[in-house]
Amino acid sequence: MKKVEAIIKPFKLDDVKDGLSALGIKGLTVTEVKGFGRQRGHREVYRGAEYQVDFVSKIKIEVIMDDEMVPEAVKSIRDKARTGEIGDGKVFILPVEEAIRIRTGETGKEAI
Amino acid sequence: MNTGDTVFVLISAALVMLMTPGLALFYGGMVRSKNVLGTIMQSFVVLGIITLEWVLWGYSMSFGIDHGGIIGGLGWFGLKGVGMLPSPDYGSTIPHLAFMIFQCMFAIITVALITGAFAERMKFSAFLIFSLLWATFVYNPLCHWVWGVGGWIGGLGALDFAGGTVVHISSGISALAAVVIIGKRHGYGNTPYIPHNLPMTITGAALLWFGWFGFNAGSALACNGLAANAFVVTHISSAVASLSWIFTEWIHRGKPTTLGAASGAVAGLVAITPASGFVGPLSAVIIGALAGIICYGGILIKSRLGYDDSLDVVGIHGLGGTWGALATGLFACTAINPNGADGLFFGNPGQLWIQFVSVIATMIFAFVMTFVILKLVDLLIGLRVTNEEEMKGLDISLHDEAGYTY
Repeated sequence: MKKVEAIIKPFKLDDVKDGLSALGIKGLTVTEVKGFGRQRGHREVYRGAEYQVDFVSKIKIEVIMDDEMVPEAVKSIRDKARTGEIGDGKVFILPVEEAIRIRTGETGKEAI
Repeated sequence: MNTGDTVFVLISAALVMLMTPGLALFYGGMVRSKNVLGTIMQSFVVLGIITLEWVLWGYSMSFGIDHGGIIGGLGWFGLKGVGMLPSPDYGSTIPHLAFMIFQCMFAIITVALITGAFAERMKFSAFLIFSLLWATFVYNPLCHWVWGVGGWIGGLGALDFAGGTVVHISSGISALAAVVIIGKRHGYGNTPYIPHNLPMTITGAALLWFGWFGFNAGSALACNGLAANAFVVTHISSAVASLSWIFTEWIHRGKPTTLGAASGAVAGLVAITPASGFVGPLSAVIIGALAGIICYGGILIKSRLGYDDSLDVVGIHGLGGTWGALATGLFACTAINPNGADGLFFGNPGQLWIQFVSVIATMIFAFVMTFVILKLVDLLIGLRVTNEEEMKGLDISLHDEAGYTY
């Protein structure tokens, strides 16, 4: 099992979710996050005064999936979240030891 | 006595009352979330403390029997003799009490306006003492000079329909004295002080605009044509200033902003205040258009000069009020108000000089007195919260509560 974590542009969330659903992913977790990468921050202007905002709003998606599904899922996320501009985000893949469904106690593949 | 006039002035008083909570929202949205309650509280508590001050001695000092053109006496202490019958001098068709409570709301909002300058760093106790002293020794004399029977600025023939000098220049220039003494917020220049809730600020601006109809039209003290004129020119100036501000920043910074639309509207309201009973609709268009541009320029100068007027009281009320007072000397017209005077553009250049004198006198008096009062309070109990309290935010440090718990 792997966890695929993707940091994406907020307006791409629906596209990415639809792409993953089409692959048969049955659940994912979404968080609103702030951070910076190469894109750095952006400029905001209040009453003529300019502020550099260092942290940009992004969406973090976390999905747990079977190992063999990972390449397809990553490709889908890349296709859907890509604009070609700086700040499109990143995907991270992490190993997952175990998954347990709280209601039934099922573990492993059955639980995700 | 006239029932229509009485109804109108009482409703106007209620409208002006609403401006102070409106101002609390206007200011509250512009500070950081950790200071939202502390900022709102500074306006809201003024409703309490200045009402008390006004009823006990403020009204008497402002409108009581004149002493040398400088101050009213204490003869009306505790509203003694201020009753249900009209006063011969102030609103002869309405109960004296109606005039008194209408004016009470002016005193309240004037003190509240200053709070934007030292937002996010002043001790609550120091603020209470400052408010009381400022209302007593700055507002009351100024109010008497301009509006009290026998007051020396009114005696010069200066025109101030609803408070350009008394309310806006006085609060704006006092704000300047306050930021000089209190100093900058912690982290000035490094920390971005980004407004935490602009929809709240817009709501506040809307309430100010709404309440301002009571402020200006109500200053006619009668439900008549002059009140309608004041209502109309007030609306025009605010509308045009809102536009001129956003077009100015659009050209200057590339984008029109909602905060700009709200700030411009307030700038237009400030500028038309002294003129509203003396100028016509087209003059109001010009006054409003320039108010948006002048005040936008004013807030840009702030960062150049390096003082930390948190919410631009100097730029909007000080500068906007000054423009309004001088504009009254340009655009006033006896065809609008036969009890007024003609301004420069209507063949009477002398009026502009009188307006200028009233502006300068107000500025000097307000600056010096505020400086002295704040120095005094600073010596007595200190003006600022500690660094740690400032970092934590006024809400938790001063009031043990938080604006938002999610």
